[in-house]
Amino acid sequence: MRKHVSALALVAGLGFLASPAFAYTVYVSNEKDNTVTILDSATMQVTKTINVGQRPRGITISHDGKFVYLCASDDDTIEVIDTATLQIVDTLPSGPDPELFVLSPDGKTLYVANEDDNLVTVIDIESKGVLAEIPVGVEPEGMGISPDGKTMVNTSETTNMAHFIDTATHEITDNVLVDSRPRFVEFTPDGKEAWVSAEIGGTVSVIDNATREVKHKITFEIPGLRAEAIQPVGVRITADGKKAYVALGPANRVAVIDTATYEVQKYVLVGQRVWQLAFTPDQKTIISTNGVSNDITFIDVATDEPVQSVTVGALPWGVVVSPN
Amino acid sequence: MNSPVQGKSIGASATPIAAPDFGLYNYLVCLKGVLVREGLRFLNQRERFISSLVRPLLWLFIFAAGFRQVLGVSIIPPYKTYVLYEVYITPGLCGMILLFSGMQSSLSMVYDREMGNMRTLLVSPFPRWFLLVSKLLAGVVVSIAQVYVFLAIAWFWDVKAPPVGYLMVLPALFLAGLMLGALGLLLSSLIKQLENFAGVMNFVIFPMYFASPALYPLWRVQESSPLLHKICQLNPFTYAVELIRFAFYGQIEWTSLAVVIGFTAIFLAAAIIAYDPSRGLVIRKQDAGGNG
Repeated sequence: MRKHVSALALVAGLGFLASPAFAYTVYVSNEKDNTVTILDSATMQVTKTINVGQRPRGITISHDGKFVYLCASDDDTIEVIDTATLQIVDTLPSGPDPELFVLSPDGKTLYVANEDDNLVTVIDIESKGVLAEIPVGVEPEGMGISPDGKTMVNTSETTNMAHFIDTATHEITDNVLVDSRPRFVEFTPDGKEAWVSAEIGGTVSVIDNATREVKHKITFEIPGLRAEAIQPVGVRITADGKKAYVALGPANRVAVIDTATYEVQKYVLVGQRVWQLAFTPDQKTIISTNGVSNDITFIDVATDEPVQSVTVGALPWGVVVSPN
Repeated sequence: MNSPVQGKSIGASATPIAAPDFGLYNYLVCLKGVLVREGLRFLNQRERFISSLVRPLLWLFIFAAGFRQVLGVSIIPPYKTYVLYEVYITPGLCGMILLFSGMQSSLSMVYDREMGNMRTLLVSPFPRWFLLVSKLLAGVVVSIAQVYVFLAIAWFWDVKAPPVGYLMVLPALFLAGLMLGALGLLLSSLIKQLENFAGVMNFVIFPMYFASPALYPLWRVQESSPLLHKICQLNPFTYAVELIRFAFYGQIEWTSLAVVIGFTAIFLAAAIIAYDPSRGLVIRKQDAGGNG
C-alpha cells in the first residue's frame, strides 16, 4: 500500500508540474443501456462505448490498470474487461445480483455485495474461486475496506447497519446502527474512520474504527431544496485525508466536507441524481455520475468548481479512473 | 459644455457642419468636458447609483432565488456544465443595467432640453454628431462602471466567471452599451416631454427585456411559443445579452457581435439625423421615424 501511496504522490507531483492534467482513462457503467462509456480525462471527451452484461453497476479497476471489474447485476456475474482491447475476457463467480464491490488493497481479493441474497461474497481473483460467503443484513450494498486491508465494512440497506468484517476470519466483528438505507462506505486514508452514507436518512455517519461507534453525524442543508431531496450516496475522501466529497442524489449536488471539522464547505452543482464519485489518480479532478441527466460532471478539486458535464450512456451508475 | 471654444487649433479639422476649424485637441477637451459632467452628475446623485444597482440585485437575490428550482437545468453554450439560475441571469442583468442606463440618459436628454442644459451643449460650435457621440460615450462609461460594481457584488454571491471573462466582457459591455445608448438617443429625439418617459418604460424597456434570453434561455421560449421565439430573435437586446454572456466566459459570439455593431450604426445614424440642427422639429420626427 505504501508503494501505491508514494506512487500516487509522485504522479500527483508530476501532474502538478505538468498542467494541463495527465490523461487518464475514465470508465462509466451505464445501468440502463448495458454499456460502459470510456472517456479521456484530459479532453473530457467520450472515446468509446462498449456493450457489457445486463444492468452494469459497480465498477472498479485492478491496481495495474489492466483489468476493469464490472458488476453485471442482472447477469449475476462480474465481468472482467481487458483495458487494452476493451473486450470482456473473463467472468468471476459473484453470486446473485452483485451490485457493488471493493477490491482489497493488495489487489487480490474482491468483496462483493449480493443485494438479493443478503450475502457478501469473497472472491479470489487469480483462482476465480469463492473464498467465503458471509451472511449480512438485508439488502447488502455499500462496501468499504480499510487501507491496511484488515477490516471490511458492508452496509445493509434494509437493516440500516454497517457490518464490520474481519478479512482474516471473514466474521462480522461489529454491527453499527446508522441511519436509514446506508449506501456506501469509505475509509479515511489513515484508516481511523469509516464514513457511511444513508440515502433516506440524509446523513453521513462517521464511525470510529477503533471503538466502532458513530462519533459524528454529518447533515446537509441546501437552501431551496426539500430535505427529502438530499440523499447521500457515493463518498470519496482525498488521499491527503483533508476533504470528503459526498454525492447527494436527487439534490443534484456534491457536498464538499472538511474532514477535520465535518462541516460542509460547499455544494457543487452537477447533473440530476448524482450517484457515485471517483478521483483521477492525480487527485486534481473528481468525477460524478448523474443518473437521470445521463451525464458525468468533472469537478476541479482545487477550486471545487464544476468544470464540464459530458453526456454518457443511459443512467450512468458507477465510475472508475485508470491508475495510469 | 464649458468647452473652450477659443482654443488653439492643431492639425487638420474634421468636416463639421459650418463649424470653426477645430483640432483634435479641441475635440478631446470637449469630450472630456462631457464625460466629466456625466461622471460628476452620476457621483453627485448617489440615489441614482444605488437605485441602478438595487434593480439588478433584487433580481439576483430574490427573483433568482425563488426560481432556482423551477426553471430546469440544461447545458447550453457557453456553459459547459450545469449552472444555477442566478449564474444564468447575471449576463442578462448586466444587459439590464445597460438598457436602463441607456434609457435613463435619453431621459436626461429630454430633461436637459427642457431645462436648458442641453441647449448650452447644443449651441456649442462643435458638430452636432460629435456632441451626441460624446454624450453617448459618457453614458456608456458610467453604465459600465455600474455593471462592474454589480459583478463585484455578484462575485460574493458565488456568481463567478473565469478571470479572463472580466476583461473580455469589457468590450462586449461597451458595444452593447453603445447600441442601447444610441437607441436611447434616438428615442429622446422623439420624446417631446419628460412625462413620456413612462411610455418608453412600457413600450421599449420591458418588452426588450422580457423578449430576450436575459431571464430564460431561448430554447425554453421556443418550447412554449414559436412566435415569441421569433420576436426574441428580432430583438436587438437579445444579441446584446448573448454577446455579454459569451464574453463573460471568454468567448466571442460572432453573430451577436455583428448584430450589435449593425444596430449601433443604424441607431446612431438615425439619432444624428434626428438631431440635425438644419431640420425642424417636425421634419426631424418624420425622419427619425423613417430611419428608426
